[in-house]
Amino acid sequence: MRKAIAILLLAIVGYYFINVFIHMPFGEKREGVGKYYLENTVKETGAANVVTAIVVSYRGFDTLGEVTVLFLAATGLGAILFGKRGEKRRLQGASVIVKTTSMMLYPMVVLLGAYVFVHGHLTPGGGFQGGAIIATGVLLMFMSYRHFNVSHNALTWIESLAGLTFATVGLIGLALGTTFLQNFLPLGTPNDLVSAGIIPIIYIAVGFKVGAELTGVLDNMLKTIR
Amino acid sequence: MLYYIGAISLILIGMYAVLTKKNLLKIVVGLSIVDSGVNLLFISVGYVKDATAPIFSMPSLTADKMVDPVPQALVLTAIVIGLATTAVALGLVIRLYDHHKTLNINKIRQLKW
Repeated sequence: MRKAIAILLLAIVGYYFINVFIHMPFGEKREGVGKYYLENTVKETGAANVVTAIVVSYRGFDTLGEVTVLFLAATGLGAILFGKRGEKRRLQGASVIVKTTSMMLYPMVVLLGAYVFVHGHLTPGGGFQGGAIIATGVLLMFMSYRHFNVSHNALTWIESLAGLTFATVGLIGLALGTTFLQNFLPLGTPNDLVSAGIIPIIYIAVGFKVGAELTGVLDNMLKTIR
Repeated sequence: MLYYIGAISLILIGMYAVLTKKNLLKIVVGLSIVDSGVNLLFISVGYVKDATAPIFSMPSLTADKMVDPVPQALVLTAIVIGLATTAVALGLVIRLYDHHKTLNINKIRQLKW
């Protein structure tokens, strides 16, 4: 009975979805804001990666809000799981092969994450992706070493400083220019590592912040089974 | 067109899981399937035939041979938020399991529909 109602409901939702999307052109050239960004991004921001320029520069304020949401989610998860010490479970430690390999891989993974967020304005990548890669490296260590610990104080400091950097850069733009997150550094030549003004600074800050937050989330989750 | 249908079916499959499954973990999995479906739908809206990623890494790339960057930027945001909400949902599930010692929503009386 419940399944029939669910299927009926989904059929109605699906019908309206299809009805809307049957009129959307697929794979055709777009006019409007996307075209504007593609034609003017390199001129206006100096970033080769248009998506990065939109996320950090044109929609930078939105990204600040997003970082705040992520921070709230990480803190909220900590609050939800606060004081929970899970029942002692006998977790078997990983084998020597896994331990040695992850010991060797861990610095590489962190390095890759750093590379991805430092080159966010040149290649596909950026702060969010790089931070997520770093958190994966920490997860690898968590899974192979049962007593691998991260310092919560250090995570909090990294998070706060990175968030502060983002807001400060935005406020400097407000003080020197006209708007919040206004670019105040020289643009440089596109496709250079040091180019695009404030975009790399902000994305590096975002990378640190996301990496620290996701590590905190993993740590909170894993604490429940220790 | 096929991309739209695929993404919409992902959304519907996820919603079906949310509506009919009794295990809380499966409901969270359903939510993240909806999430992926929405992201795919956005990306396919921005697709342009025979175009490449919107990155000017080579001089030979021109603006009229690139896909729409706006949906990609929005999806970048959506993925991160989806991850955060999934983490919070799983935290709540852990807490509910502690309290009721079960994940079946029929046995957790306040969650029945």
